[in-house]
Amino acid sequence: MNPAAASPHPPVVIEVTDLVAHYGAHRVLDGIHMRLYRGEIMVVMGGSGSGKSTLLRHLLGLNRPTAGRIVLLGTDMARAGAREMQDLRKNMGVSFQGGALFNSMTVAENVMLPLREHTSLDERTMAIMARMKLEVVNMGGFDHLMPSQLSGGMVKRVALARAIVMDPKLLFFDEPSAGLDPVVSAELDELILRLRKVMNMSIVVVTHELDSAFKIADRIMVLDEGRVLQTGTVEEIRHSDNERIQDLLERRPRTLEMDADEYLARLTGKG
Amino acid sequence: MAVEETSGNGIGGAVERLGRATVRGVEEWGYAFALLLETLYWVLAGHFHRQPVRPAAVAARMMTIGVQAVPILAVLTFSIGVMLAIQGIHTLKVFGAESQVVVGIALSVTREFGPMITGVLVAGRSGSALTAEIGTKQISQEIDALRVMGINPLRYLVAPALLAMLVMVPALTILADLMGLLGGAVYTALAMDLSIHAYLDRTAAILQWDDVRQGLVKSVVFAIIITLVAVTNGFAVEGGAEGVGRATTRAVVLSIAYIVVADMLFTFFLTR
Repeated sequence: MNPAAASPHPPVVIEVTDLVAHYGAHRVLDGIHMRLYRGEIMVVMGGSGSGKSTLLRHLLGLNRPTAGRIVLLGTDMARAGAREMQDLRKNMGVSFQGGALFNSMTVAENVMLPLREHTSLDERTMAIMARMKLEVVNMGGFDHLMPSQLSGGMVKRVALARAIVMDPKLLFFDEPSAGLDPVVSAELDELILRLRKVMNMSIVVVTHELDSAFKIADRIMVLDEGRVLQTGTVEEIRHSDNERIQDLLERRPRTLEMDADEYLARLTGKG
Repeated sequence: MAVEETSGNGIGGAVERLGRATVRGVEEWGYAFALLLETLYWVLAGHFHRQPVRPAAVAARMMTIGVQAVPILAVLTFSIGVMLAIQGIHTLKVFGAESQVVVGIALSVTREFGPMITGVLVAGRSGSALTAEIGTKQISQEIDALRVMGINPLRYLVAPALLAMLVMVPALTILADLMGLLGGAVYTALAMDLSIHAYLDRTAAILQWDDVRQGLVKSVVFAIIITLVAVTNGFAVEGGAEGVGRATTRAVVLSIAYIVVADMLFTFFLTR
């Protein structure tokens, strides 16, 4: 029968092989390998400039890689045609860092937008579905408000409702706790765990918040300067003997190693 | 490390900078042209991708671009008509040919001032707004959000704006023509012994379809220029709110400049 059923792992939903990406001449991702199994929550961690946001943009198909392969739900993103990408996108939900809600639309219209554009459901059905998702994220009763009337945590929850309105198989969450107070960010963590439990989604969360990462992750991938330092369970990462990971966990400032000549050349602008 | 670094100063550096600027310019034009083709593709083929351009979105754009511009455009073009009448009568008096002012106003309003004033006004009012809107959506990741939702931003944002411009700029141009002629008629009637009715009769006799058509052809070109300049600058925004401001200014200045130059070229080729 299905060989995957015999293996200890559930099916693979994201497979990234040897991903390389550049911004201009600068190499921001260098040989990234990543694998996500169905129903798993993976947290991508790293400091600013580690390449975690760039990795997310590539996973979302917003940037094209220089080299390497990204396969989402069995679709190779480099080779997929317009129709295949379209089908794939209906199975992905994304909650952006700032929410990226449309300011000219109410909360309900924002959540309904994917339904309106991809389905031919009637208005009342769409409204009910939007309200159901708003209830899931504890935003029931706010559907008539405009995004500008919401607090930061509320914006993120509405963005999450919009991300899950099509019942996607894959959910991406960019910096869920950025700019939120600890209580609200803890609530969001709970929400992410509940979504996985209730809807059996596979979830990728990009964050630099340690507490949040340790609370929700099944596995953590630590990036540094465009490379994967380590991928492992929460315990494995906690007890990692990698110095950079320990720096990150202990919030120690990085020790910059630099050659004296190189430093001098840079100061004088002759680098 | 940086690829954009020039090799030095002096003539070599200047030539290199000129070369880079040229490449950037060609790139921008090429990008704008590709954007136009892709947008038209979505207008025509959106249904096959189950992503049609929504008539409601086009109608909403038509309201802001066209209908809401009516009062200010009417005032502007009426004033232009009056101004042309004053200058015309003053100049023609030298030759004792004041009555010929009707010809001058009729032709210059329909061929030049109607479409030109409309173009400049729409660029300033709606082109800038479109740049600011798309730029803001760009920096707040709303454009990314559309793309990951499988909603093509060109189809969703640009196509309705382009269609609305293509309808409303010519429509506003017709209004501008009428208001300009009316302005000329009112002043001439007051200044000379000629009734408004007689003025308009003479205008109707002078004007040929070709004159009006020339203005309308220009207005369609202006509509495309305004939309493309606004949209390309909007999508190119980076660097936060300040970037949006810069892009908006650039879009307005560029589209007005393109409109004036295009107007000159069209006048040259169409006035034969």
